[in-house]
Order: sequence, then structure tokens, then C-alpha cells
Amino acid sequence: MHIQLGFIDYAILIIYFAFVLGIGFALRRFMRTSSDFFLSGRSIPAWVAGLAFLSANLGAQEVIGMGASGAKYGIATSHFYWIGAIPAMVFVGIFMMPFYYGSKARSVPEYLKLRFDEKTRGFNAITFAGMTVMSSGISMYAMGRLLEALLGWDFNVSVWVSAAIIVGYIYLGGLTSAIYNEVLQFFLIVLGFIPVVFLGLKDVGGWDGLTAKLTTVATSQHYAPGTWSQSWQHMTSSASNPMGVEIFGLAMGLGFVLSFGYWCTDFLVVQRAMAADSMSAARRTPLIAAFPKMLFPFLVIVPGMIAVALVSDPASGFSLPSDGSGGIDYNQAIPAMLQHYLPNGLLGLGLCALMASFMSGMAGNVTAFNTVWTYDIYQSYIAPKKSDAHYLWMGRAATLGGIAISVAAAYLAKQFNNIMDVLQLVFSLVNAPLFATFLLGMFWKRATGHGAFFGLLSGAIAWLIHHGLTIPAGATTWVKGGWLASTPVHIYRSEMAQSFWAAIFAFTACLAMTIAISLATKRTKTDDELTGLVYSLTSKPRDEGLPWWQKPSYLGVVVLAITLVLNLLFF
Amino acid sequence: MGLDIRLPIGLMFSLIGAVLAVYGVAVPQKSQALGINVNLIWGACILGVGGLMLIAWWFGRRPAK
Repeated sequence: MHIQLGFIDYAILIIYFAFVLGIGFALRRFMRTSSDFFLSGRSIPAWVAGLAFLSANLGAQEVIGMGASGAKYGIATSHFYWIGAIPAMVFVGIFMMPFYYGSKARSVPEYLKLRFDEKTRGFNAITFAGMTVMSSGISMYAMGRLLEALLGWDFNVSVWVSAAIIVGYIYLGGLTSAIYNEVLQFFLIVLGFIPVVFLGLKDVGGWDGLTAKLTTVATSQHYAPGTWSQSWQHMTSSASNPMGVEIFGLAMGLGFVLSFGYWCTDFLVVQRAMAADSMSAARRTPLIAAFPKMLFPFLVIVPGMIAVALVSDPASGFSLPSDGSGGIDYNQAIPAMLQHYLPNGLLGLGLCALMASFMSGMAGNVTAFNTVWTYDIYQSYIAPKKSDAHYLWMGRAATLGGIAISVAAAYLAKQFNNIMDVLQLVFSLVNAPLFATFLLGMFWKRATGHGAFFGLLSGAIAWLIHHGLTIPAGATTWVKGGWLASTPVHIYRSEMAQSFWAAIFAFTACLAMTIAISLATKRTKTDDELTGLVYSLTSKPRDEGLPWWQKPSYLGVVVLAITLVLNLLFF
Repeated sequence: MGLDIRLPIGLMFSLIGAVLAVYGVAVPQKSQALGINVNLIWGACILGVGGLMLIAWWFGRRPAK
């Protein structure tokens, strides 16, 4: 598959990049203190923080991956949105933001330091910083590969040019630059993808036409006819859906542990809310993000479903490239749909949206990295008590350093096929238990620093043991699991099922060990020190002065109600 | 933060929308699914989004100090 761009497409790309850098230059004179650079001076309006909160998560791998899953699994992919994101976003806004924002912590690790102790913060800061630069490198690699395959652009040029642009605008405008570009990216994705969905649906005969074609897809793979167009009905057993997951693993693993672990504790997204201009804006940030989030399946999953429907119909003349081992390369679903439906002009806009999401994904990682590096590692362990100007300088230097490591990681990923799987492994290992620590930290004042730290370690160990003892069906390498036993204790139907259950085990182990160790150790923080950090010791945020549509609790209820309706519509 | 994001969003999408719409008129490209000029129609819609952002920016400006 090769896309031929015209001058009009390049014109649109150039306009976009000019604005991206222009925003950086325009913001430069407002970066006076480290707080301006790392926290946007806590001055971002709620709607801007909300859209950035959403986009920071919506990297291009996410877009392409969701399109691919839409083709592979159908509408059930929307579980990643409707139960895998929305409830957690409502929870972080209503219940957790008061502690993050109210504690005046400048980062998630810093909250851990205030709530627990130095070692818990150090552990979180160092693993998080490492993971962000690695993720950014992986994004860069994925972008280089995609542009090489689609447009014939040189891998090295893509990597270095994108790195230079990101360095440029973050160096100049800090977190605000990143947030503003995420908002631009949000609009680009929405405006770039609506025509694809519209034209695609029109082409296949609307939703009914799509459902009819997907019935063929489902039955040809020996599933029940509605498997691709009904999200819940085929989840009772892992054998009856192509995801290979059942309802408990889905609801507990994805809907609870993984999603709450990500949306409630990952500084990459939480940083956007921390930059909001008031407590009420910070609490509304994830709730505002939830509205577009619940509609995103129609933008990113439906194109994948249309793609697989077209592939099943020989008369459509549409096909997806092979993945090299006889199967279909589902990751090409989104790019192929762009190429199939968009004429030059809109095609440039669609590609611009994809590139924007790659770049803002990287930029999001880099801004989270430079903050955690500067405040939680550099200021805490390497050079405390320097002037604010020094830390501002360090933030800019860390931006350069972070990007340099990302570029190195991109080349590493290009060199070693396995490295992305290994990194995924490390990420899930570290992330899976985290939510237990925050849950206990925020809602149980008795949880201690030792409890938190060793609880996290136990969670990671439980994850490793689970991984060592089980494998997904068809796995061939140790990276996928089963390295602890000659015959695995359990064979999952899919990697997805394995990861959901690994998360459940890690979370449970962390929860149990944190409770046990906390009860066995002395409290090191007094009630006074925990005021503002723990639920029972913090005065509830008051929303009385706000109109109803700005009250977080009302917004939360509305979000959950609409999500419920969506689930029922596509049941 | 000094710069109101609505201004660059408004400018960028007005510009992109206008470019697409003009291109749609100059080089009519029928989309295979619809038989209509999507560059023109969608370009006009994007121009509209940009215009709305500019209007929001204009009326949301903080009074000059």
C-alpha cells in the first residue's frame, strides 16, 4: 500500500506544523518560572485541560490499534472506552482530584512522597520516568515505520524531524505548548476522521448494511452472527468471542484494575488536570474528557469494522495487506480506509491527524518526563535547594535529554524486534498494582509507607509469577509467558485475557500486602500531616456556587448515564 | 496562560478549511461513495468550525488592562 500525496496535502501538513511551532514561539515569553513550564502556572481553563487529558492518551498507536481491534473483534472493542475508561475517568475527577490538586503536589510521585514516604516516591518516579521516555521512543519508531510504509519517507528523516519539532515547541512553551497541541490534535482527529466514517458507512449501506456484512465476517470465523456488532452478548465465555475474554476478566481486569490504574495514577494524564486553573476545573477535566471519549469508538473503531466488512465483500475491491505470515495486517485498517475514501486534500488532513497524534503522544510523554525528572529526581536526590531559574533550566535540558533517549529507544526498537514486547511487559508489571496503593493511600489513613512500598513490590512479583506460570494460546517466546513452569498452569485463549488476569492478580496481591504490612508497621505520618491527602481527613470540596452543569457530581452522573445507554444500544 | 488557544485553533482551521474548499472548487474530486465533492463540503464545514472558534475567541477576550 502506497499513498501518493499531492501538493495540497503537503500544504495542509505545512500549515499544521507552522501553527505547532508558532504556538511554541508565542508561549515562550510566558515561561518565567518552573511552575509556568511544568504546570502551566495552574492556569488552564477546564475545557482545554479536558481535551488535552483526552488527547494525551490518544496517541496514534491507540488510534491505529483501536481501528485494528475494530476489524479483529468488532464493536466489542468499545469496551476499552465504555468500561475501560469512562468509569475510571469519572472516579478520578470526583474522588481523587481533590487530593491531587488540593495537596499542591506538583506530580503524582510527589503526592506519594507527601502521603507515604521517600522510597515509594523514588520507586514511582524512577520507573515512571524510564517508561515515559521509552514509550515516546516506541511512538517515534512506530511513526517512522508507518510513514516509511505509507509515504515512502525515510525512517531516519521522520524520526529526527519529529524529534526536532517536539523539542522545539516544548523547549519554548513547556507543558502549555504540549497541552495546546493536544487540543489542536483533538480537533484534527475529529475533523479528519468524520468524513471517513461518514463515507464508509454510506458506502456499506449504513449501520444495517454494516451489520449484515459483519454477520458474514463472524460466521466465516465460526462465531455467532452478531459477534462483531454486539458488545456484550458474546462475552459470557472466552470461547464465544474473538477477544478470547470472559465477562469477569473483562470487568475486573480491564474495567477495574487496568483502567483505574491508568486513568487515576498515570501522571501523563493527571498532569493535564493538575494544570487546570481551579479545583473545580481540575475535577471537571476528566469529566469533560469523558464526553468525547465515549463517542470515540465511532471515530476510531467503526472504520476498522467497515474495513473488515469491505474485505469480506469481494465486490468492494478493497483489501488489506498481508502481515507477512499469511494473516491480514489489521494495523493497516485505518491508513487503508483513509486512502480508500479520502481524495487528496482531505487525505492530507487525515494524515495530519495521524501525525499530530504521534507527536502529541510523544510530547505528552516528554512533558511528564521532564517534570518528574526535574522535581522528583533531580531536585530531590541530585541537586536540592537550587534557584527556581535553575530548575527551569533543568526542565529545558531534560526536554532535550528525554528526546535524545527517545530517539535512541526508537533505533533500539528498530534493531531488536522483541524489545517492544519486553517493554510492554515491564510497563504492565510496574503499572498493574499501582491503583491498589493509591486507593488505600487516599481512602485509608492507616496505610503506611512501608506498606505501600512493599505492597507495590509484592504486586509486581505476583504479576511476574502469574506471567511465568501461564501462557496465551499459540505463544512461542518467553516474553509471552510460561517461563516458570515446563507445563503452564493455565493456557489463556488470548494475550488480552492473560493481561487482564495478570492485572487482577497483581492488584489483589498489592492490596492484601499493603493492608497486612500497614497493620504490622507503625504510622509515620500524623493526622495533621495527612490532611488534604486522605479522604477522611480532608474537608469535602464545595460546589455550591457553581451552576449545575459545572458541578462534578452532576457531570459524573450524566456521563455514566449516557455510557449506560450506549452499552444498551450496542448490547 | 497569555495565549488564548481559541485564536490559533480558529486561525488554523479557518485556513485549512478555506484551502480545502477552494481546492474542492478548483479540482472537483468526486468521492466514490457519495458522488459529491467532499473536499468542498467538508472544507466548508472545517471553515465553519474555525470561524466559530474565532467568534468564541473574540467574545471571550479578557478586557484589556
